Amino acid sequence: MPLNIDWQQILLHWMNLAILTGGLYFILYKPVKQFMSKREEYYRELDRRAEEKLSQANQAHETYQAKLEQADEEIRQARAQAQLAAQQSVKEQLAQAKDQAQHIVALARVEAEHSRDQIMKQSKRELKELAAKAAKKLATHPDTDPFDQFLNLAEGGKPNEKR
Amino acid sequence: MKQHKKGLTILILVTAFLLAAALLAGSPGRTESVQAAMRDSVLHDVNQISLFGWKAVNPGLISAFITTAVLLLAAVCLRIFVIPRFQYVPGKLQLLLEEVVGLFDRMSQASSPHRFGFLGAYIFAAGSFIFTGTLFELLGLQAITVHGHPVTLPAPLSDINSAIALGTLSYLVILSGGIASNGLQGVRMTLKEFSLPISMSFRLFGALLSGLLVTELVYYYISLSFVLPVVVGVLFTLLHALIQTYVLTMLTALYYGEVSEKPKERKKKPKKKWFARHRHK
Repeated sequence: MPLNIDWQQILLHWMNLAILTGGLYFILYKPVKQFMSKREEYYRELDRRAEEKLSQANQAHETYQAKLEQADEEIRQARAQAQLAAQQSVKEQLAQAKDQAQHIVALARVEAEHSRDQIMKQSKRELKELAAKAAKKLATHPDTDPFDQFLNLAEGGKPNEKR
Repeated sequence: MKQHKKGLTILILVTAFLLAAALLAGSPGRTESVQAAMRDSVLHDVNQISLFGWKAVNPGLISAFITTAVLLLAAVCLRIFVIPRFQYVPGKLQLLLEEVVGLFDRMSQASSPHRFGFLGAYIFAAGSFIFTGTLFELLGLQAITVHGHPVTLPAPLSDINSAIALGTLSYLVILSGGIASNGLQGVRMTLKEFSLPISMSFRLFGALLSGLLVTELVYYYISLSFVLPVVVGVLFTLLHALIQTYVLTMLTALYYGEVSEKPKERKKKPKKKWFARHRHK
């Protein structure tokens, strides 16, 4: 053969390469790859666990966030209710005060009416007494002008100076 | 500081001693001309080595066997002493091993995402063989030819038979990927690339042979054997070991991925509608 090509030697090289490929595969390539896969699996598992824990933490965070929001809402509602109750109380107190004021005013009015009636009655009585006295004097002193007499009597028995 | 000076002095003395010994020992004399040495480096038809007394074979085959034995022995040692002590946080050696295995695994997955199990194992072995085999020539191991002369064992892939074997085996691996994924269509797709085994084989052979020829030439003349081999022998060998490893594994992975890819189903033409439209006309 040209170039010293020898098929027998080529076949021997093939055999050599086949032995080398098989040997290296089983002795070195496969175990190293297996170890690399095992380590990859280990770190993937770690990663998965970390993801799981992160997810749990996120879930817990969301739960507590929801609880916090709920608590905030409850606080807001309680505050609103307290404000409402305070307003209601103020209204009631105002109404009560108004009622009391009206009552006091009504009482005062009644009292005033009563006082006025008393005064009127007393005045009338005094007028009547005065009128009776005047009539009595007129009756006892017929020469004087009744009107002047009345005025004199009204002014405490002093005669009218202007006249 | 004193220790450094002492070490440097010892190094200089040893170097000087070795140089003097080399010059005093002299050359055993050339057994062949430079033309014959070059021819034999290419063809390996003269300096053949007996394979257990069964057959005279090229030195490249012996180199290939030794490379395989070294690789398997190293793999066994790693399997027994290193891999059982692997940690989740890797050390330096573990990191190196994982990186090498991961490199070929990632390459196979990137080139052939639908089928990469066997491909990864194959390109790992092929890459290891090419890299180690190319660096093998740096060792300068000697063997005795059938004629009784000593000969330096070359890189396995500088032997045309080795390069053809690796090229054709890679082609067969590509073909097997095509068959496993697409059946006969995979065979057709692989056969379309009929020049692949030849190009792969001769690319490897040419690249390794060129390195070997330059090294042979340099070592043939005693005057070129100082300092220059550090650049030519070591750096060039390292460089083309890396390049050839990358090229063959990448090509194999790419073609494997191409032929093992499932063809997309072509949309069927709506023939009935076409006929109906033209019938109405």
